[in-house]
Amino acid sequence: MTAEAQMVQDSTSTDRIEKNVVLRAPRSRVWRAITNAKEFGEWFRMKLDGEIVQGATLHGTVTRPGNEHISPIEMLIEQVEPERYFSYRWHPYAIDAAVNYSGEAMTLVEFILDETEGGTAVTIVESGFDRIPLARRTEAFRMNNNGWAGQIKNLAQYVA
Amino acid sequence: MSRSRGAAALKATEAVPVFAALADATRLSLLGRLSVDGPLSITHLSEGTGVTRQAITRHLHALGRAGLVRDARHGRERVFALDLKRLEKARQYLDHVSASWDAAAARLKAFVEEEA
Repeated sequence: MTAEAQMVQDSTSTDRIEKNVVLRAPRSRVWRAITNAKEFGEWFRMKLDGEIVQGATLHGTVTRPGNEHISPIEMLIEQVEPERYFSYRWHPYAIDAAVNYSGEAMTLVEFILDETEGGTAVTIVESGFDRIPLARRTEAFRMNNNGWAGQIKNLAQYVA
Repeated sequence: MSRSRGAAALKATEAVPVFAALADATRLSLLGRLSVDGPLSITHLSEGTGVTRQAITRHLHALGRAGLVRDARHGRERVFALDLKRLEKARQYLDHVSASWDAAAARLKAFVEEEA
């Protein structure tokens, strides 16, 4: 209760995006917010059509203002370990209604909870971008103006 | 609304020609040359490669269709240069997903802390 909540920390690499945040709330409260379908829908702004249980396939309808037209997003619930770990697969922020993403690789999203002073540490990881052609190349093109030649070499290795 | 535009610009249908164009050793080496030496003519690009001008031209057109190079006239010569806009779009994709998670994490924080 004394500790100031940390800012969201950011780390992005070839294959994963990781966010770390400390929430001033008990672990049980945070767990409910991320695994109770109704509560998840509130803050994630996506209405789920079922309960979050291991092995379930859910469909999420985006409720963010201005995005209601987006077709439902498929979520495959992968692992649920009470108050510790929750993971699912989906098409990463697949919010372009004009594109059918069903044939593309899915990413894995993980929520990892840990008790910490003053609250609950939450780590959110989205990984598996390297199986998605576009994003796989993205990192190869994380270039500066001088780095292009080196990146071409990386790319050559990717496609070899 | 406008927030989703960035991602919308990265349609898979647009990405496919980019990757197809890149999946070729000759085309990759052409991009490498252009990145190091700047805009070059077909004559310069075919020098010392053992690849015919015709083949180089074909590859440059493939790269052009994918939006990876553009050409311009310099006097009587046509020169080709890298066009990084398409690649920059691809780079923006991960940034967009990352920003979406920042926003989601902030909403989760507000959600669980408001009743504390």
